[in-house]
Amino acid sequence: MMLVLTISLMLFTCAIFIALYRIIVGPSMPDRVVALDMIGVNLISLVAVFSIVLHTHAYLEVILIVGILAFISTVGLARFVERGEIVEHEHDDGMD
Amino acid sequence: MMEWISVFLILTGSIMAVISAFGILRLPDVYTRSHAATKSSTLAVLLSLLGAFIYFWANEGFISIRLLLGIIFVFITAPVAGHIITRAAYRSKVKLASSSGEDALKPYLEKSPKDN
Repeated sequence: MMLVLTISLMLFTCAIFIALYRIIVGPSMPDRVVALDMIGVNLISLVAVFSIVLHTHAYLEVILIVGILAFISTVGLARFVERGEIVEHEHDDGMD
Repeated sequence: MMEWISVFLILTGSIMAVISAFGILRLPDVYTRSHAATKSSTLAVLLSLLGAFIYFWANEGFISIRLLLGIIFVFITAPVAGHIITRAAYRSKVKLASSSGEDALKPYLEKSPKDN
C-alpha cells in the first residue's frame, strides 16, 4: 500500500513540475496565473497524501489554508491583469 | 478492504492530475488551458481528498470535518477562479488560438461597449 501511495506522490510531483514549466515559458500573464492555481490545487492533494503516509492528523489544516490562499491570490491576480491595480481607491465625484 | 478503496481513489486522482498537467502543457490557448486546469484538476483533488477521508474513517474511526470542508471549498471556488481569470484574459485582449472557430463574445461586447 505504501508503494501505491509513493507512486501517487511521484505523479502529483510530476504534475507540479509540468505546471512550473508553463509558469516559466507561458506566453501571456493569464497562462501563468492558471498554472499557479493548478499548482495550489495539486499541493492540496499532496498534503492529504502526506498526512496518510506519516499517520498524522496535524497537516489537515494546511489543506484549508492553501485552498483559501490559492483562491484569493487567483482573484487578486485576475484583478491585476484586468485593470492594473488590485485595491481600488475611491474616486472623488468631481466636486472641486 | 476500505483502505484499498481509498488507495485506489488516490491513485486515480493522481493519474487524473498528470493528465490535466499534460492538458495544460499541450493545449494551444489560455482559454482551453483553463478548462484543463479547472475541471480535471478539480476532479483529481476531489478524488484524492475523498480517498484520504475514507482512509481516516476506516482505519482510525476519525471523521475529519476539515477534509470535508476542504472538499466543499475546492468544489465551490475552482470554477469561480477559472471563470474570473478567463474573463480577465478576454478583457485584457489575449489572442484566441488560430484554430478556434468563432468568437461568440465579441459581437455582444461590441454591441454594448463598456468603458471601465
